[in-house]
Amino acid sequence: MIAFHVNGEAVRVDVDPEMPLLWCLRDHLQLTGTKYGCGEAYCGACVIHLDGEAVRACVTPVAKASGRQVTTIEGLSEHGDHPVQRAWREENVPQCGYCQSGQIMSAAALLAEVPAPTDDQIDQSMAGNVCRCGTYDRIRKAIHRASQEQG
Amino acid sequence: MALEKISRRELMRRVGWTAGGLTLGAWAGNLPWTPAALAQDVPADASQAFDPSVYLSIAEDGTVTVICHRSEMGQGSKTGLAAVLVDELEADWDRVEIRQAIGDEKYGSQNTDGSTSIRNFYQPFREAGAVARQMLITAAAAQWGVSPQSCRAEAHQVVHRASGRRLGYGDLARAAAALEIPEVETITLKPAFEQRLVGQPLPIVDLDDMVTGRASFGLDVRLPGMKVALIARPPVVGGRVATLDSSAAEAMAGVQVYTLPVPEGAPGFQPLGGVAVVAPDTWTAMRARRALVITWDDGPHGGYDTEAYRQTLEVTARQPGEPVRVVGNVDHALEGADQRHEADYYAPHLAQAPMEPPCATAHVHDGICEAWAPTQNPQAAQSQVAATLGFEVAQVTIHVTLLGGGFGRKSKPDFIAEAAWLSQEVGAPVQVVWTRGDDLRHGYLHANSAQHLEAGLSADGKVVAWRHRTVFPSISTTFSADAKAPSNGEMGLGLADLPFDIPNLAIERGEARAHVRIGWLRSVCNIYHAFAIGSFIDELADRAGRDPLSLWQELIGPAREVDFGEVEISNYGQPLTVHPVDTGRLRRVLDATAEDAGWGRDMATGSGLGISVHRSFLSYVAVAAAVTVTAGKLRVDDVWITIDCGTYVNPDRVRAQMEGSVIYGLSLAFYGAIEAKDGAIVQQNFGDYRVLRLHETPRIHVRLMPSQGLPAGVGEPGVPPVTPAVTNALFAATGERVRELPLSKAGWV
Repeated sequence: MIAFHVNGEAVRVDVDPEMPLLWCLRDHLQLTGTKYGCGEAYCGACVIHLDGEAVRACVTPVAKASGRQVTTIEGLSEHGDHPVQRAWREENVPQCGYCQSGQIMSAAALLAEVPAPTDDQIDQSMAGNVCRCGTYDRIRKAIHRASQEQG
Repeated sequence: MALEKISRRELMRRVGWTAGGLTLGAWAGNLPWTPAALAQDVPADASQAFDPSVYLSIAEDGTVTVICHRSEMGQGSKTGLAAVLVDELEADWDRVEIRQAIGDEKYGSQNTDGSTSIRNFYQPFREAGAVARQMLITAAAAQWGVSPQSCRAEAHQVVHRASGRRLGYGDLARAAAALEIPEVETITLKPAFEQRLVGQPLPIVDLDDMVTGRASFGLDVRLPGMKVALIARPPVVGGRVATLDSSAAEAMAGVQVYTLPVPEGAPGFQPLGGVAVVAPDTWTAMRARRALVITWDDGPHGGYDTEAYRQTLEVTARQPGEPVRVVGNVDHALEGADQRHEADYYAPHLAQAPMEPPCATAHVHDGICEAWAPTQNPQAAQSQVAATLGFEVAQVTIHVTLLGGGFGRKSKPDFIAEAAWLSQEVGAPVQVVWTRGDDLRHGYLHANSAQHLEAGLSADGKVVAWRHRTVFPSISTTFSADAKAPSNGEMGLGLADLPFDIPNLAIERGEARAHVRIGWLRSVCNIYHAFAIGSFIDELADRAGRDPLSLWQELIGPAREVDFGEVEISNYGQPLTVHPVDTGRLRRVLDATAEDAGWGRDMATGSGLGISVHRSFLSYVAVAAAVTVTAGKLRVDDVWITIDCGTYVNPDRVRAQMEGSVIYGLSLAFYGAIEAKDGAIVQQNFGDYRVLRLHETPRIHVRLMPSQGLPAGVGEPGVPPVTPAVTNALFAATGERVRELPLSKAGWV
């Protein structure tokens, strides 16, 4: 049994400790907001927060979450109104939407650390998140907007 | 029900589809165990009081339900088509629910590719809304004992002008349902100035779900008792299992192993075969697949090597080909030309690589198959699943989830048939998961291509002759073992429809055999054709010592509808009389883009501007790029893109598609290459199949041309001119010409 918190709730799972957190969340905890895109930390579709830090759930063994706080897109804000989520709506960022959970979780972690990032800081911090629809330009704008709104 | 049938027949006639197969959807599943976002077809349901069209119903509480029969993969047509209908209906957008249709021929084509959703369904959806609006007006007028002409529809109500009396749509639904459906010809559509939703930037309906993680894609389907399968597919197309040791996999708890049937004949949409592991969860399935020990019999394509094949294509491209379109006499004109120039271009295989790899969930039970999948083509999925299972089409129901991208890959339902076959064998619901590696190794690849171009220039720098020979393995090879040359349809994707004013022209094709499954990828053959054409014009301008823009303008020539004589131009399924190749529109987007980019301005050393324009999917798109080269490395700083797509529905989504086209185009220009060695695909993941990332993203400047023309394509036409604009800019910056993609191969990125 591995025990940790997901979005504030205590959970205990009986799975292979090597199972990536991604599959534990998706297959065993029914939290499908965190996405699979590559399985090898190339694309960032699976970014979640582990004790507030952005990590790639596809290469994070579930054992590593033991005793820690996991936050997924479903728990980023109670009412879906985190400044990043609001900015995403304002800029109409998503196209297909599939990578957006990971993009939003990466952006939220960036803003928690750097409240007013420059374009260069956004570039560096978001370079690990792939979007095939090509929403990058709007992501950049939305991060600036969220930064201003959370002031 | 008679009422419904009349209307459906009418709509079918309107979309050019016969009513022969009219079977009203009898599916009445209420599926509490699937995600709510998968709400499906409206069953014959008493609460839907008024359903005058297959696309629309109105309940007594006034809720308007619009059926989305097209797949939503990021292009926004789910929102766009509903907006078209609701606008004509004069309904309140906030009281509209959109439900995703199952695959069913009653909707007309659901094949969501070719940039067709708006261009083919704008008119039928307007008519569906307008017919319903007229019936609601008629019902209200009858109730009040006044003439319908004295009433109008406004914001979900019918209003009697003289008395100010009002009745809501919900209150009128039952009465409207009892009326005969009027002929479409008797209905007046709204004039453009009365449209409230069409032309406005409307947020997509799934926006909220997408930013909160609630949006449900194919991989998010969860069924009770569902098992997860991964498949070890033959590394080479046409290969089969020679030996299998599955003991280690089968020793894992809950794991079962199945050998899939070997496909017969041309690949089509059949599963590729191989060995499946079926497990309680995805991680176990991944471990179990790794534990399989398989040797393969590679079959006839085991020697496929893309580097060697490139030589084959290029040799063919330098030999006389089969003429597809000939004007004047190119050989004669070349002999008499002041200068001759020739060039060869090569572009490799590409993979669509949507963010969500292929995946599907199927449940075969009680003589039926239900499947949930991110498919661009639920009707083709229905047919293939039926064929794989030996079922009738009517025994198969395809539920369409949101698609995490498609780009053509998810038009091919092989992965859905895999899930169906496995569910039948296992006797439980099965979800087939494709890893990214599976997606890259076992796809339907964009063709690799070699093109040979020759031109003659007159002493005053005019192009007097143009020969263009294209050689690539045809998509037809996927469906017919006999296919050996590009089809007429493929030749019409940006080559046979060359719009230039050149007195001597020869467009030819050469033969090429396929050794992988060839399929369509966003923009299809237009990508390599536009690359060669756009680059070659830039080369000719350089040879002639001319400004490239002025040569583009001269080649486009005076505003006219291009006359192709006896040559049949596929023209994206539309008659040239309705959608001509209009050089005036081509010229306008070119000039607008040149203006936006500041064409002709001085650029710093190491910087350059490039430009290109291309018509595809009935739309006209020009792209200019500004690049900087530092220490031999390219950076794209700005891209200007202008589209004339005729009437557009949602300008924000058209802009989004142009932004996305720039990114997609840059991805393939910079990095796109799928290679094969010993018959197997080399690329494994986004590490060796790189795609553009945020830090490489230029500033993107989109201009939409206002137009009253017929709606044309949006999803694809933005991609083709991107690459030549960038490589021409690279030439302007460095004097180095790129004739081979991707740019990473020569180290530019």
